[in-house]
Amino acid sequence: MTRKRTSPDVTTREMIPEKAMIMSGFGINSEMETQEVLARSGMASDIVHINDIIAGRNRLTDYRLLVFPGGFSYGDDTGAGNAYANRVRNNLWDDLMTFLDGDNLVLGICNGFQILANLGLVPAFDNQHNREIALMPNRGGRLECRFVTLKPAADNLWTRNIGRIYCPVAHGEGNFFCSKETLQRLKRQKMIAFTYCHEDLRPAEGEYPVNPNGSLEDIAGITSADGKVLGLMPHPERAMELVNLYDWPLRKERMKREGLAVPAESPNMQFFRNVVEYFR
Amino acid sequence: MTCVHRIEVHYKIDPRLTTRTDRIRTLGFPVDKLHQIDVYTLATTSRDFTHEELSQVGSLLVNPVVQEYSIDRPMSAVFDYAIEVGFLPGVTDNVGMTARQTIEDYFSMKFCEGEAVYTSELFLVCGNMNLSTLQKLASTLANPLVNQVIIKTRQEYGVKGMDPVVPSVCLHELPTAETVDLDLDDRELTRLGKEGIIDRCSGQRRGPLALDPGQLVTIRDYFHKQGRNPTDVEIESLAQTWSEHCKHTIFASAMDDDVPDGLYKTYIQAATNTIRKEKGDKDICVTVFTDNSGSIIFDDHYLVTHKVETHNSPSALDPFGGALTGIVGVNRDTIGFGLGAKPCINIYGYCVGDPDTDPALYRGKDRANPILSPRQILDGVVRGVGVGGNCSGIPTPQGWCWFDQRYSGKPLVFAGTVGVMPRERDGRKLYEKQAQAGDLVVMAGGRVGKDGIHGATFSSEALDPQSPVTAVQIGDPITQKKLSDVIVKEARDLGLYHSITDNGAGGISCSVSEMAKECNGCHVYLDRVPLKYPGMAPWEIWISESQERMTLAVPPEKIDAFMELMRRREVGATVIGTFTDSGRCVVESSGSVVMNVGLDFLHDGLPKKHLISSYTKKTYPEPCIPCPERLDATLLAMLQRKNLCSKEFISIQYDHTVQGGHLLGPVQGAGRVQADATLTRVVHGSKKGVGLSQGLFPSYSEIDPFLMAAAGIDTAIRGLIAIGVPLDTIAILDNFCWCSSDEPGRLGQLKRAARGCYEVATAFGTPFISGKDSMFNDFSGYDAENNRVKISVPPTLLISSIGIHPDVAKAVSLDAKIAGDLVYVVGETSEELGGSEYFAHLGYVGNTVPGLDTATARERYGRMTEAILRELVASAFPVSHGGLGTALAKVAIGGRIGMDLTLSAGLRPDYYLFSESLGRFVVTIDPVNKRAFERIVGSDAILLGRVTGRALRITSEKLLVDCAVDELEASYKAPFRGY
Repeated sequence: MTRKRTSPDVTTREMIPEKAMIMSGFGINSEMETQEVLARSGMASDIVHINDIIAGRNRLTDYRLLVFPGGFSYGDDTGAGNAYANRVRNNLWDDLMTFLDGDNLVLGICNGFQILANLGLVPAFDNQHNREIALMPNRGGRLECRFVTLKPAADNLWTRNIGRIYCPVAHGEGNFFCSKETLQRLKRQKMIAFTYCHEDLRPAEGEYPVNPNGSLEDIAGITSADGKVLGLMPHPERAMELVNLYDWPLRKERMKREGLAVPAESPNMQFFRNVVEYFR
Repeated sequence: MTCVHRIEVHYKIDPRLTTRTDRIRTLGFPVDKLHQIDVYTLATTSRDFTHEELSQVGSLLVNPVVQEYSIDRPMSAVFDYAIEVGFLPGVTDNVGMTARQTIEDYFSMKFCEGEAVYTSELFLVCGNMNLSTLQKLASTLANPLVNQVIIKTRQEYGVKGMDPVVPSVCLHELPTAETVDLDLDDRELTRLGKEGIIDRCSGQRRGPLALDPGQLVTIRDYFHKQGRNPTDVEIESLAQTWSEHCKHTIFASAMDDDVPDGLYKTYIQAATNTIRKEKGDKDICVTVFTDNSGSIIFDDHYLVTHKVETHNSPSALDPFGGALTGIVGVNRDTIGFGLGAKPCINIYGYCVGDPDTDPALYRGKDRANPILSPRQILDGVVRGVGVGGNCSGIPTPQGWCWFDQRYSGKPLVFAGTVGVMPRERDGRKLYEKQAQAGDLVVMAGGRVGKDGIHGATFSSEALDPQSPVTAVQIGDPITQKKLSDVIVKEARDLGLYHSITDNGAGGISCSVSEMAKECNGCHVYLDRVPLKYPGMAPWEIWISESQERMTLAVPPEKIDAFMELMRRREVGATVIGTFTDSGRCVVESSGSVVMNVGLDFLHDGLPKKHLISSYTKKTYPEPCIPCPERLDATLLAMLQRKNLCSKEFISIQYDHTVQGGHLLGPVQGAGRVQADATLTRVVHGSKKGVGLSQGLFPSYSEIDPFLMAAAGIDTAIRGLIAIGVPLDTIAILDNFCWCSSDEPGRLGQLKRAARGCYEVATAFGTPFISGKDSMFNDFSGYDAENNRVKISVPPTLLISSIGIHPDVAKAVSLDAKIAGDLVYVVGETSEELGGSEYFAHLGYVGNTVPGLDTATARERYGRMTEAILRELVASAFPVSHGGLGTALAKVAIGGRIGMDLTLSAGLRPDYYLFSESLGRFVVTIDPVNKRAFERIVGSDAILLGRVTGRALRITSEKLLVDCAVDELEASYKAPFRGY
């Protein structure tokens, strides 16, 4: 593994014994920063190529958290996340169901969310894994990379103690869509986890670029009905530290002038702390 | 018998419909609606699919929540015309490949040879237009070099719909190598060099060797001594290895009486050698010029690499494919550095014609083979680099766009990649490599097809749209991503190979023979090379430039472990031969030797040239236009100049945050102004970061190529200084894109620019670590009236800089931050407007390009670094194209906050505001830091005023500018709104 060094002012939490499996292969590309952010939150992980699970070299049951990280699996061909989801469904479905039966969590970020949506792991009403939602091409018709603000839309293990998340989106297909009935059910069962909003937490109400892709009801992330699976389009793992935030130079200058200590971490870390906290 | 089935996939409600239609309408097409349908065509011979199976396939290809499919049944939509865009035979079809893998996985089957899934896009057009507009629309949606297009009216479409699109490659004969007689007269030799060997079957010339008669005579003499005629494999191979692209003859050859060792050794390499010697223990270079990328020290454990390439000719013909293969190609220069560095940052630069123009220029007579419009080229290259970087998971924060009509015949497309790797692993220096005799030659990655044949000896005449298999490559970033991951994240650290290099220009002919130098020989069996389709001649296999391939030297005892790892990662890998110490490059095909050439002749047999240059200074009329009373309108107009305004539409479609290292991105501040320098963390947990910037001044080169080079270097360095990167950590790269380099006058300009590189680089102590040149960027063709037209790009030198920021938490962004802050300009402003954007705005060129006092600048940059690292600076921005006035406006727009400034009397106000004098910064600071800042920076820091209010007010003896920052921002962002 790569040499691990952490800058002195970044506090690393005590490590928990449970481990995470981070999926890789076929164009997944955010596995390393995902591993870094989990380590900083107190959870060790293995990056595992999907073929090694299919071949039986690694077993899902050795892990408590399964992460489908960001990426461009199969180049978004045949729909973002679709081809990778097909690979999982065709080869790992039973293992995945067993994993979901346990007291485990699944997190999908960006391409990972697209994979979860195509697998039907979210919303998974009544434990049925049908495709109920779609992450369609952005309204703008191409990939867009910019910082967005998210606010929690439900109180659950993923959103606890989070006031807001400020992190990048970078996707071509993140335009959340579902039927009216599905939307009502998502709302009723409080499964909408995060929504795009203005800096002052006013809802985006579809306004570009606050809602960067045209998502229905500004939805940026949802959980499964049982709450153990989360899919999220934006990338909090890409903004672990203050200096990763788009406007950090201004924030730093303001804090300096007000005589405040400038923190090393970004507030986004709370999201990953919540995940790890579940296993403590 | 081929069974063909067509599956059409469409959105129930298409989220992109409005955007797509709007974009086409802005291009001038009277389209009411433009629907897009994805088409998958399954062509199988060994089995057919039942309707039920096809339904299963359909459901694999859609998300049923929003999409529907139909099998062998056309959409019955309301439309006027149908345009279907498919691929030509042999063109890489990435989506088709993914669909095929999905189907194979689902049915647990494998497609046989000749079976495939082909994809095409069906556009259903609502709108009334005539045939010629319709054809123009089709040519906007497709490129004749890679696509085939079928157009039907609604009536022709009828109930049957479109015809199946099956672009399979049909090649029948199994060609063998043949000998070539070089005992020809000069005229025939010239023709052979220009047009290529005559193909025995077709009787046609194969395409340019780009060998001149002198070189062909040298080859003839070599083989006379061997007592035989050369084979076509040998001649094609020598043509690749000796090409300008590979050997850089113009930079290597003696020039005039004063540069006997050539420009490269005398000015570029010598600068680096001098600097490294001077720096002694503080030398930052690790590997320079010898490997696929150059590299410098990052910290005690890591090094970083950098390399910038151009992909100009391919991008002129197929902007998307050319730019895509450009960026994924330079990614391989990173993976092929040492034992494999991880690509961690991509950069780009585009020189194109004004996208609002559509010059009527043709490659052939009688309006045949028109050039692509600057808009089409811009759209294509922007998309190509984006797809390459985005799909590969490499952030692309840094880049620029430069517009000049002289690029409308031939655009320049720069693509660069920074890599990171540990300096050592288990006692092995990872930046060193050495193939050993007995090692196996392994080709890994994609298969070989006819794509990209003669890429290194490329010329536009070589391309014939009618040919069954095109010479244009389309990259497949995912195949390369799989290859890259397995190399730099696994195989490298397991120590499974001794050496690795990229297959770029010249394909395996260049990569294998290049690596063979490390052990002095190779023996390759062409029959073992995996092909995309049968029927390729030995010479084609040897020089094909099919993408996504690397060549490795794997020791026999590691081969099983290596091949097993590749199999597990689904990365193709084949042993195609052995490295030897025979001193020869031997190639076999079908049991007979088709190439047997001494490595010394192959690499060093190229006859030396002596180039003659001349130089005449050009003079241009000076403007005699009085200074306007007020400069508000001028400033707004300057901000709307395409070379100065925001091109944010590019920045946001490139993922610049992947890998989690975003620190200072492509746009900064609340007002989102494009930065000249970016900062990226490449090692998690490190306080250090990699700063990147670039400098380019083609508008100066006809006036003074020496100072053009000086401006490029100074600007590339100054961008980094402004974010806090110290000068002694900075290295630079050169990319010369010249024109007509067979003319003494152009060579004279080249010589001056190269000398400028030496003088300025040594004065700053910034070594060159890598460079590349492209010497013939000329367009020759016809206008609409059949007059011959030659358009040469202005001599263009891109300087790219890379430096290590010691503490990224102290980095500085460009935007003004807090009301009350003091605004300074650091550095002197002189009347230096030759080649400036202001003179261009006035319709002039002028003669006085900025000079550079390197000693003063060097000292100033040290002081700036001290001030920034002591955290005394709130914002810093290098003054560059467009001068102080546009720099101040950008700093204000960035902060969405006003400024009240007073200029000292002296220069004419418009000249003061728009002169492009080098070495300057706009700086804002917290007033409490005034004394400390001024003590460090000294008299160089000229206080102009304060950050305040909502308007930019600039006063000299009287009020010059009073513009709301909102208004400045609107102008800055106006030109590319809607792109």
